[in-house]
Amino acid sequence: MAYPKEYRYTKDHEWIEAKGATATIGITDYAQHELGDVVFVELPAAGTKLVAGKTFGSVESVKAVSEIYAPASGEVIEANLTLQNKPETLNSDPHGAGWLVKVKLMNSTELNSLMDAAAYEAYIAEKQKEASA
Amino acid sequence: MDSVTSPSNSALRKTPLNAVHRRLGAKMVNFGGWDMPVEYPSSGGLMKEHRAVRNSCGLFDVSHMGDIRIHTGNHVGGALAAVQHLTMNDASRLAIGQAQYSALLYPEGTFVDDVIVHRLGQDDFFLVINAGTREKDISWVRDNTRGLDCKVKELSDDYTQLAIQGPRAVDVLQKLTNANLEAVRNYWFTHGTVCGLANTLIARTGYTGEDGFEIYLPSDVATSERVWNAVLEAGNEFKLVPCGLGARNTLRLESKMALYGHEISEKINVWEAGLERYCHMEKGDFIGRAALEKARTGGLQRILVGLEMVERGIARDEYRCFNESGEAVGVITSGSPSPTLGKNIALAYVPPVLSALGTPVYVEIRSQRCRAQVVATPFYKRRKKAIAG
Repeated sequence: MAYPKEYRYTKDHEWIEAKGATATIGITDYAQHELGDVVFVELPAAGTKLVAGKTFGSVESVKAVSEIYAPASGEVIEANLTLQNKPETLNSDPHGAGWLVKVKLMNSTELNSLMDAAAYEAYIAEKQKEASA
Repeated sequence: MDSVTSPSNSALRKTPLNAVHRRLGAKMVNFGGWDMPVEYPSSGGLMKEHRAVRNSCGLFDVSHMGDIRIHTGNHVGGALAAVQHLTMNDASRLAIGQAQYSALLYPEGTFVDDVIVHRLGQDDFFLVINAGTREKDISWVRDNTRGLDCKVKELSDDYTQLAIQGPRAVDVLQKLTNANLEAVRNYWFTHGTVCGLANTLIARTGYTGEDGFEIYLPSDVATSERVWNAVLEAGNEFKLVPCGLGARNTLRLESKMALYGHEISEKINVWEAGLERYCHMEKGDFIGRAALEKARTGGLQRILVGLEMVERGIARDEYRCFNESGEAVGVITSGSPSPTLGKNIALAYVPPVLSALGTPVYVEIRSQRCRAQVVATPFYKRRKKAIAG
């Protein structure tokens, strides 16, 4: 699956797409693949303040719980409630319909420290090499 | 997101099929010091593997399991007495060709390990033990058979162990062996030629709650890979898939089969674990018996119950349990979504007063207490089909 050029990526495998002062956050295709079948997603309510690098929710596969970390600071405008009933959307469309939250950014310059698609692809290629070594 | 899959580590132990798993693209994890496949994306992942076993069949590499033979050689001697002394079930009830679930106990009546005891001969027994407890078990068996008339041999590295599990497992394996599998009843075994390998131990056992077989092969890589591939090919028409430890865990949990370090351990006794069916107090003395006798009259502090989440949330291993008044009362030993039931299930130790069906129990999930209730176990029970003979 291609990694959208307009997104920015974290080392913890979240993506963020900023449009002006608002942004959408999700987890990457690599992350959903690592997790396996997603069966449960826990997300913050609208109004919750996210702090860059801090956990704001969790994604569960059959076998494990994984925390999700905020790529940038902001306030939640909307959580993707369809994931409550259809958590498998995270597996089928992680970069689109499987988005997690929309936020109002506090400081959009925080995004400058994140990876672009090319850097992220290089980063996960390295991870995959380690795993199969 | 936290990383789920751990990178390969050369310090981990590997089964003879390790290269096969990696070629198949399995996600590998460190399981008790072993580099093992947790799921195979090529099989469609854990859920699909789980369903394949419930509906048709799956193939597991379980070569990490250990094996101990206790025998007296060519004469009638003390192997039976040794096994009776070491284990809680009554091995004297086993016919040659029969197996039983049992356990090695500490003098406290708690678990060294759970085992399957196969009776190969009058005074010849084959014990299958857990991977993570191999060294402890073999020392325990050696230390506690000193002076008894028997030989103890560890055979763990001599065998590649494959589990072929599911309602169609019999059809798959029958294509590869001359042994008449229909005649082998549940928890019995036979010896037959499998893929040209004469005298292969074929046991109708498993850890999935389904019908199935476990076979014990020479552990060289070439033979192991050849048989693995032959089973895959024979299973093709039944949609058999390779299955990892992830599905093995959800399958055994639905069937309420104990996992060492979770439902049973050096701190939990036989009565608490609810395994009295497999413990024969009347057979004579055995290690742990005296303590169990005492514990039986003393009353139990906690027992193992099945839980089903009522509120949203998945109970996981080691999460704490609370009663309605908010007091901490116990702990989850295993918890997971149940692929077969579509519910979130768990096993937990709670005080007997909370063990009645329907009793509410609150599970602490990331600082929130989510309501669950006590339900009947096993969570899943297969429909038994009539087996001829």
